[in-house]
Amino acid sequence: MSQKPIELILMRQLADSLAMPIFLVDHEGTLVFYNEPAERLLGRRFDETGEMPVGEWATVWQPADADGTPRPVEQLPLAITVAERRPARGDFWIHALDGTPRHIEVTALPLIRVTDELVGAVAVFWELPS
Amino acid sequence: MKVRLWGTRGSLASPGTDTARYGGNTSCVEVRGAAGDVLVIDAGTGIRRLGRTLAGVSRVDVVLSHLHMDHIQGLGFFAPLHDRAVETHVWGPARSADDLAARLRRYLSPPLFPVRLRDLPRLVLHALPAGAFDVGELRVAAEPVCHPGFTVGLRVAADGATFAYLSDHEPALGVPDFPTRAEWTSGYGVAREVDLLLHDAQYSLAEYPDHVGWGHSALDHTLAFARLAGVKHLVTFHHDPWHGDDDIERLTAEARARIALPCGLTIGAEGAVFDLPAPARG
Repeated sequence: MSQKPIELILMRQLADSLAMPIFLVDHEGTLVFYNEPAERLLGRRFDETGEMPVGEWATVWQPADADGTPRPVEQLPLAITVAERRPARGDFWIHALDGTPRHIEVTALPLIRVTDELVGAVAVFWELPS
Repeated sequence: MKVRLWGTRGSLASPGTDTARYGGNTSCVEVRGAAGDVLVIDAGTGIRRLGRTLAGVSRVDVVLSHLHMDHIQGLGFFAPLHDRAVETHVWGPARSADDLAARLRRYLSPPLFPVRLRDLPRLVLHALPAGAFDVGELRVAAEPVCHPGFTVGLRVAADGATFAYLSDHEPALGVPDFPTRAEWTSGYGVAREVDLLLHDAQYSLAEYPDHVGWGHSALDHTLAFARLAGVKHLVTFHHDPWHGDDDIERLTAEARARIALPCGLTIGAEGAVFDLPAPARG
Protein backbone atom coordinates (compact mmCIF):
# COMPACT_ATOMS: atom_id res chain seq x y z
CA MET A 1 0.00 0.00 0.00
CA SER A 2 1.36 3.41 -0.90
CA GLN A 3 1.06 6.55 1.16
CA LYS A 4 -0.66 9.78 0.12
CA PRO A 5 1.54 12.86 -0.28
CA ILE A 6 2.00 14.70 3.01
CA GLU A 7 0.18 17.77 1.64
CA LEU A 8 -2.97 15.70 1.07
CA ILE A 9 -2.64 14.12 4.50
CA LEU A 10 -2.35 17.51 6.20
CA MET A 11 -5.19 18.94 4.08
CA ARG A 12 -7.43 16.04 5.08
CA GLN A 13 -6.57 16.55 8.73
CA LEU A 14 -7.38 20.25 8.42
CA ALA A 15 -10.62 19.46 6.58
CA ASP A 16 -11.58 17.05 9.35
CA SER A 17 -11.40 19.92 11.84
CA LEU A 18 -13.38 22.50 9.83
CA ALA A 19 -17.09 23.21 9.55
CA MET A 20 -16.94 24.12 5.85
CA PRO A 21 -17.65 21.41 3.26
CA ILE A 22 -14.31 20.38 1.73
CA PHE A 23 -13.61 18.03 -1.18
CA LEU A 24 -10.07 16.77 -1.84
CA VAL A 25 -8.63 15.26 -5.04
CA ASP A 26 -5.17 13.97 -5.96
CA HIS A 27 -2.97 15.15 -8.83
CA GLU A 28 -5.03 13.16 -11.36
CA GLY A 29 -8.30 14.57 -10.09
CA THR A 30 -9.31 11.39 -8.29
CA LEU A 31 -11.55 12.10 -5.32
CA VAL A 32 -9.67 10.94 -2.22
CA PHE A 33 -11.72 12.51 0.59
CA TYR A 34 -14.55 14.78 1.59
CA ASN A 35 -15.35 15.84 5.13
CA GLU A 36 -18.48 15.55 7.24
CA PRO A 37 -19.95 18.95 6.27
CA ALA A 38 -19.49 17.91 2.62
CA GLU A 39 -21.18 14.60 3.38
CA ARG A 40 -24.28 16.51 4.52
CA LEU A 41 -24.23 18.58 1.32
CA LEU A 42 -23.54 15.70 -1.03
CA GLY A 43 -26.00 13.35 0.64
CA ARG A 44 -23.73 10.40 1.32
CA ARG A 45 -20.91 9.49 3.70
CA PHE A 46 -17.44 9.35 2.21
CA ASP A 47 -16.97 5.86 3.64
CA GLU A 48 -19.87 4.77 1.42
CA THR A 49 -18.67 6.41 -1.79
CA GLY A 50 -14.92 5.89 -1.36
CA GLU A 51 -12.37 7.13 -3.84
CA MET A 52 -13.62 7.96 -7.35
CA PRO A 53 -11.89 8.92 -10.59
CA VAL A 54 -12.72 12.35 -11.96
CA GLY A 55 -14.97 10.97 -14.68
CA GLU A 56 -17.17 9.39 -12.03
CA TRP A 57 -17.44 12.10 -9.40
CA ALA A 58 -17.95 14.74 -12.09
CA THR A 59 -21.19 13.03 -13.12
CA VAL A 60 -22.49 11.18 -10.07
CA TRP A 61 -23.81 14.39 -8.47
CA GLN A 62 -25.20 15.53 -11.85
CA PRO A 63 -23.71 19.05 -11.95
CA ALA A 64 -25.85 21.30 -14.10
CA ASP A 65 -26.63 24.91 -14.92
CA ALA A 66 -29.76 26.57 -13.55
CA ASP A 67 -31.72 25.55 -16.67
CA GLY A 68 -30.76 21.91 -16.20
CA THR A 69 -28.04 21.75 -18.87
CA PRO A 70 -25.39 19.30 -17.67
CA ARG A 71 -22.09 21.00 -16.72
CA PRO A 72 -19.23 19.26 -18.57
CA VAL A 73 -16.41 17.96 -16.43
CA GLU A 74 -13.86 20.32 -17.97
CA GLN A 75 -15.96 23.27 -16.80
CA LEU A 76 -16.06 22.20 -13.15
CA PRO A 77 -13.82 24.35 -10.94
CA LEU A 78 -11.86 21.40 -9.48
CA ALA A 79 -11.21 19.92 -12.91
CA ILE A 80 -10.02 23.32 -14.15
CA THR A 81 -7.73 23.64 -11.14
CA VAL A 82 -6.15 20.22 -11.70
CA ALA A 83 -5.77 20.71 -15.44
CA GLU A 84 -4.44 24.27 -15.30
CA ARG A 85 -2.81 24.41 -11.82
CA ARG A 86 -4.70 27.55 -10.92
CA PRO A 87 -7.57 28.57 -8.62
CA ALA A 88 -11.03 28.39 -10.12
CA ARG A 89 -14.52 29.10 -8.89
CA GLY A 90 -18.06 28.70 -10.08
CA ASP A 91 -21.62 27.97 -9.09
CA PHE A 92 -23.95 25.28 -10.36
CA TRP A 93 -26.63 22.83 -9.26
CA ILE A 94 -26.10 19.32 -8.07
CA HIS A 95 -28.35 16.45 -7.09
CA ALA A 96 -27.27 15.22 -3.68
CA LEU A 97 -27.34 11.45 -3.41
CA ASP A 98 -30.23 11.69 -0.95
CA GLY A 99 -32.24 13.23 -3.83
CA THR A 100 -32.03 16.87 -2.75
CA PRO A 101 -31.22 19.44 -5.45
CA ARG A 102 -28.72 22.03 -4.19
CA HIS A 103 -27.30 25.23 -5.64
CA ILE A 104 -23.63 25.37 -4.66
CA GLU A 105 -20.69 27.67 -5.09
CA VAL A 106 -17.27 26.04 -5.34
CA THR A 107 -13.83 27.57 -4.90
CA ALA A 108 -10.97 25.26 -5.88
CA LEU A 109 -7.28 25.72 -5.12
CA PRO A 110 -4.30 23.73 -6.38
CA LEU A 111 -1.99 22.05 -3.85
CA ILE A 112 1.51 22.60 -5.19
CA ARG A 113 4.50 21.23 -3.31
CA VAL A 114 7.52 23.41 -2.53
CA THR A 115 9.31 21.66 -5.40
CA ASP A 116 6.59 22.88 -7.81
CA GLU A 117 4.88 19.51 -8.16
CA LEU A 118 1.07 19.44 -8.25
CA VAL A 119 0.02 16.91 -5.61
CA GLY A 120 -3.72 17.57 -5.68
CA ALA A 121 -6.42 20.18 -5.27
CA VAL A 122 -8.96 21.18 -2.66
CA ALA A 123 -12.42 22.62 -3.11
CA VAL A 124 -14.49 24.50 -0.57
CA PHE A 125 -18.22 24.23 -1.19
CA TRP A 126 -20.92 26.65 -0.16
CA GLU A 127 -24.66 26.13 -0.53
CA LEU A 128 -26.37 29.17 -2.03
CA PRO A 129 -29.92 30.20 -1.18
CA SER A 130 -32.18 28.81 -3.88
CA MET B 1 24.88 -1.64 5.77
CA LYS B 2 25.98 -0.20 9.11
CA VAL B 3 24.20 2.63 10.89
CA ARG B 4 26.06 4.53 13.59
CA LEU B 5 24.54 7.23 15.78
CA TRP B 6 26.71 10.30 16.39
CA GLY B 7 24.03 12.55 17.81
CA THR B 8 20.66 11.54 19.24
CA ARG B 9 19.49 14.65 21.10
CA GLY B 10 16.66 16.83 19.84
CA SER B 11 16.43 20.60 19.60
CA LEU B 12 19.50 21.64 21.59
CA ALA B 13 22.86 20.06 22.41
CA SER B 14 22.57 18.95 26.02
CA PRO B 15 25.86 17.71 27.44
CA GLY B 16 25.99 16.76 31.11
CA THR B 17 26.25 13.92 33.54
CA ASP B 18 22.51 13.30 33.33
CA THR B 19 22.63 12.80 29.53
CA ALA B 20 25.88 10.85 29.26
CA ARG B 21 24.32 7.43 28.53
CA TYR B 22 22.19 8.47 25.55
CA GLY B 23 24.24 11.48 24.56
CA GLY B 24 23.94 15.24 24.32
CA ASN B 25 24.87 15.89 20.69
CA THR B 26 22.16 16.78 18.22
CA SER B 27 21.12 14.68 15.22
CA CYS B 28 23.78 13.02 13.13
CA VAL B 29 23.84 9.48 11.73
CA GLU B 30 26.46 7.72 9.61
CA VAL B 31 25.38 5.06 7.13
CA ARG B 32 28.06 2.90 5.52
CA GLY B 33 27.58 0.38 2.77
CA ALA B 34 29.46 -2.88 2.56
CA ALA B 35 31.81 -1.37 -0.04
CA GLY B 36 32.59 1.58 2.23
CA ASP B 37 30.41 4.31 0.73
CA VAL B 38 29.59 6.90 3.37
CA LEU B 39 26.32 8.73 3.80
CA VAL B 40 25.91 11.22 6.63
CA ILE B 41 22.38 12.12 7.65
CA ASP B 42 21.99 15.52 9.28
CA ALA B 43 24.67 17.84 10.53
CA GLY B 44 23.83 18.34 14.17
CA THR B 45 26.63 18.76 16.68
CA GLY B 46 27.37 15.02 16.49
CA ILE B 47 28.91 15.52 13.04
CA ARG B 48 32.06 17.11 14.53
CA ARG B 49 33.35 13.84 15.96
CA LEU B 50 32.24 11.89 12.88
CA GLY B 51 34.31 14.21 10.68
CA ARG B 52 37.50 13.23 12.44
CA THR B 53 36.99 9.56 11.53
CA LEU B 54 36.73 10.19 7.78
CA ALA B 55 40.41 10.74 7.03
CA GLY B 56 41.32 9.24 3.69
CA VAL B 57 37.92 9.45 2.02
CA SER B 58 37.79 11.46 -1.21
CA ARG B 59 34.05 12.07 -1.22
CA VAL B 60 31.40 12.31 1.45
CA ASP B 61 27.67 12.90 1.02
CA VAL B 62 25.63 14.68 3.69
CA VAL B 63 21.83 14.63 3.47
CA LEU B 64 19.96 17.20 5.53
CA SER B 65 16.45 16.18 6.52
CA HIS B 66 15.59 19.85 7.08
CA LEU B 67 17.30 23.06 7.98
CA HIS B 68 16.37 23.61 11.62
CA MET B 69 19.38 24.71 13.64
CA ASP B 70 19.85 21.46 15.57
CA HIS B 71 20.30 19.66 12.24
CA ILE B 72 22.85 22.02 10.67
CA GLN B 73 24.74 23.52 13.59
CA GLY B 74 27.67 21.13 13.26
CA LEU B 75 28.15 21.69 9.52
CA GLY B 76 30.79 24.39 9.95
CA PHE B 77 32.77 22.05 12.22
CA PHE B 78 32.74 19.08 9.82
CA ALA B 79 36.42 18.59 9.00
CA PRO B 80 35.96 17.27 5.41
CA LEU B 81 34.35 20.60 4.45
CA HIS B 82 37.67 22.33 5.08
CA ASP B 83 39.81 19.64 3.44
CA ARG B 84 40.83 20.26 -0.18
CA ALA B 85 41.31 16.52 -0.67
CA VAL B 86 37.63 15.81 -0.01
CA GLU B 87 34.64 16.66 -2.16
CA THR B 88 31.64 17.16 0.10
CA HIS B 89 28.17 16.91 -1.41
CA VAL B 90 25.36 18.35 0.71
CA TRP B 91 21.81 17.42 -0.23
CA GLY B 92 18.90 19.28 1.30
CA PRO B 93 15.20 20.06 0.94
CA ALA B 94 15.00 23.12 -1.30
CA ARG B 95 13.64 24.25 -4.67
CA SER B 96 17.13 24.26 -6.20
CA ALA B 97 20.82 24.16 -5.29
CA ASP B 98 20.83 27.98 -5.28
CA ASP B 99 17.87 28.00 -2.94
CA LEU B 100 19.66 25.54 -0.62
CA ALA B 101 22.77 27.76 -0.69
CA ALA B 102 20.71 30.81 0.21
CA ARG B 103 19.11 28.99 3.14
CA LEU B 104 22.39 27.60 4.48
CA ARG B 105 24.04 31.00 4.07
CA ARG B 106 21.72 32.41 6.73
CA TYR B 107 23.78 30.43 9.23
CA LEU B 108 27.13 30.00 7.45
CA SER B 109 27.94 33.71 7.17
CA PRO B 110 28.82 36.53 9.58
CA PRO B 111 27.69 37.49 12.13
CA LEU B 112 26.48 33.97 13.02
CA PHE B 113 29.55 32.16 11.66
CA PRO B 114 32.98 33.46 10.61
CA VAL B 115 33.48 31.24 7.53
CA ARG B 116 31.35 31.92 4.48
CA LEU B 117 29.78 29.13 2.45
CA ARG B 118 31.67 30.29 -0.67
CA ASP B 119 35.00 29.88 1.13
CA LEU B 120 34.54 26.13 1.62
CA PRO B 121 36.88 24.59 -0.97
CA ARG B 122 35.02 21.63 -2.48
CA LEU B 123 31.42 21.90 -1.46
CA VAL B 124 28.73 20.82 -3.93
CA LEU B 125 25.09 21.52 -3.07
CA HIS B 126 22.09 19.61 -4.38
CA ALA B 127 18.37 20.09 -3.88
CA LEU B 128 16.94 16.72 -2.92
CA PRO B 129 15.40 15.20 -6.05
CA ALA B 130 11.79 14.03 -6.17
CA GLY B 131 12.78 10.42 -6.81
CA ALA B 132 15.47 8.20 -5.33
CA PHE B 133 19.16 8.84 -5.92
CA ASP B 134 22.32 6.83 -5.36
CA VAL B 135 25.25 7.49 -3.08
CA GLY B 136 27.55 4.74 -4.27
CA GLU B 137 25.89 1.50 -3.32
CA LEU B 138 23.31 3.24 -1.13
CA ARG B 139 19.92 4.06 -2.67
CA VAL B 140 18.36 7.05 -0.92
CA ALA B 141 14.74 8.16 -1.20
CA ALA B 142 13.43 11.34 0.43
CA GLU B 143 9.75 12.05 1.05
CA PRO B 144 8.21 15.14 2.70
CA VAL B 145 6.80 14.42 6.17
CA CYS B 146 4.82 16.20 8.87
CA HIS B 147 7.15 18.69 10.59
CA PRO B 148 7.15 22.52 10.39
CA GLY B 149 9.08 23.75 7.36
CA PHE B 150 10.15 21.63 4.39
CA THR B 151 11.26 18.37 6.05
CA VAL B 152 11.90 14.97 4.56
CA GLY B 153 12.06 11.45 5.92
CA LEU B 154 14.72 9.24 4.38
CA ARG B 155 14.72 5.62 3.34
CA VAL B 156 18.09 4.06 2.57
CA ALA B 157 18.46 0.68 0.91
CA ALA B 158 21.53 -1.37 0.12
CA ASP B 159 22.00 -5.02 -0.69
CA GLY B 160 18.50 -5.94 0.45
CA ALA B 161 18.62 -4.17 3.82
CA THR B 162 16.52 -1.07 4.55
CA PHE B 163 16.83 1.79 7.02
CA ALA B 164 14.40 4.67 7.63
CA TYR B 165 15.20 7.99 9.27
CA LEU B 166 12.34 10.08 10.66
CA SER B 167 14.10 12.22 13.22
CA ASP B 168 11.58 15.04 13.41
CA HIS B 169 8.11 13.75 12.77
CA GLU B 170 4.61 14.29 14.11
CA PRO B 171 2.38 11.78 12.31
CA ALA B 172 -0.28 12.09 15.02
CA LEU B 173 -0.95 15.77 14.29
CA GLY B 174 -4.68 16.22 13.78
CA VAL B 175 -5.36 12.49 14.23
CA PRO B 176 -7.08 12.06 17.61
CA ASP B 177 -7.39 8.28 17.19
CA PHE B 178 -3.82 7.80 15.89
CA PRO B 179 -2.87 5.56 14.26
CA THR B 180 -5.61 4.91 11.75
CA ARG B 181 -5.17 4.29 8.01
CA ALA B 182 -1.64 3.58 6.85
CA GLU B 183 -2.02 5.31 3.49
CA TRP B 184 -3.12 8.50 5.30
CA THR B 185 -0.23 8.43 7.78
CA SER B 186 2.75 10.71 7.31
CA GLY B 187 6.00 8.77 6.98
CA TYR B 188 4.37 5.41 6.33
CA GLY B 189 5.82 5.14 2.83
CA VAL B 190 9.29 5.89 4.19
CA ALA B 191 9.16 3.42 7.06
CA ARG B 192 7.08 0.56 5.69
CA GLU B 193 8.60 -2.77 6.73
CA VAL B 194 12.15 -1.46 7.08
CA ASP B 195 14.76 -3.43 8.98
CA LEU B 196 15.60 -0.44 11.16
CA LEU B 197 13.58 2.69 11.91
CA LEU B 198 15.06 5.68 13.70
CA HIS B 199 12.14 7.79 14.87
CA ASP B 200 11.44 10.97 16.78
CA ALA B 201 10.49 10.20 20.39
CA GLN B 202 10.76 13.61 21.97
CA TYR B 203 7.86 13.78 24.38
CA SER B 204 6.02 11.72 26.90
CA LEU B 205 2.31 11.26 26.25
CA ALA B 206 1.62 13.66 29.14
CA GLU B 207 3.89 16.34 27.63
CA TYR B 208 2.52 16.06 24.10
CA PRO B 209 -0.70 18.12 24.49
CA ASP B 210 1.38 21.22 25.30
CA HIS B 211 3.49 20.70 22.16
CA VAL B 212 0.95 19.80 19.49
CA GLY B 213 2.08 21.17 16.13
CA TRP B 214 5.73 21.51 17.14
CA GLY B 215 6.56 18.65 14.80
CA HIS B 216 7.50 15.90 17.25
CA SER B 217 6.09 12.68 18.59
CA ALA B 218 5.08 11.33 21.95
CA LEU B 219 6.74 7.99 22.71
CA ASP B 220 3.39 6.22 22.51
CA HIS B 221 2.87 7.60 19.01
CA THR B 222 6.35 6.48 18.01
CA LEU B 223 5.69 2.92 19.12
CA ALA B 224 2.26 2.89 17.48
CA PHE B 225 3.73 4.23 14.24
CA ALA B 226 6.43 1.53 14.21
CA ARG B 227 3.76 -1.11 14.69
CA LEU B 228 1.60 0.34 11.89
CA ALA B 229 4.59 0.44 9.53
CA GLY B 230 5.56 -3.14 10.35
CA VAL B 231 9.20 -2.30 11.02
CA LYS B 232 11.59 -4.96 12.26
CA HIS B 233 13.40 -2.83 14.82
CA LEU B 234 12.70 0.59 16.30
CA VAL B 235 15.29 2.99 17.67
CA THR B 236 13.99 6.03 19.52
CA PHE B 237 15.73 9.29 18.65
CA HIS B 238 15.66 13.08 19.05
CA HIS B 239 15.40 12.88 22.82
CA ASP B 240 14.06 15.98 24.53
CA PRO B 241 16.84 18.16 25.97
CA TRP B 242 14.93 18.31 29.27
CA HIS B 243 14.92 14.51 29.60
CA GLY B 244 17.86 13.00 31.46
CA ASP B 245 18.90 9.39 30.90
CA ASP B 246 16.77 8.11 33.76
CA ASP B 247 13.74 10.01 32.45
CA ILE B 248 14.20 8.51 28.98
CA GLU B 249 14.37 4.98 30.36
CA ARG B 250 11.34 5.45 32.60
CA LEU B 251 9.20 7.10 29.91
CA THR B 252 10.15 4.45 27.35
CA ALA B 253 9.24 1.64 29.76
CA GLU B 254 5.90 3.32 30.49
CA ALA B 255 5.09 3.72 26.79
CA ARG B 256 6.09 0.14 26.10
CA ALA B 257 3.75 -1.06 28.82
CA ARG B 258 0.87 0.74 27.10
CA ILE B 259 1.67 -0.06 23.46
CA ALA B 260 2.23 -3.64 22.37
CA LEU B 261 5.18 -3.57 20.01
CA PRO B 262 5.80 -6.67 17.86
CA CYS B 263 9.40 -5.71 17.11
CA GLY B 264 12.62 -4.89 18.91
CA LEU B 265 13.06 -1.51 20.60
CA THR B 266 16.30 0.25 21.45
CA ILE B 267 16.70 3.67 23.00
CA GLY B 268 18.95 5.60 20.63
CA ALA B 269 22.33 6.21 22.23
CA GLU B 270 25.28 8.15 20.90
CA GLY B 271 27.88 5.67 19.62
CA ALA B 272 25.43 2.84 19.03
CA VAL B 273 26.02 0.83 15.85
CA PHE B 274 23.40 -1.24 14.06
CA ASP B 275 24.59 -3.79 11.55
CA LEU B 276 21.92 -4.60 8.98
CA PRO B 277 22.95 -7.79 7.26
CA ALA B 278 21.90 -8.52 3.71
CA PRO B 279 19.09 -11.08 3.66
CA ALA B 280 20.15 -14.66 2.98
CA ARG B 281 19.77 -15.68 -0.65
CA GLY B 282 18.89 -18.99 -2.21
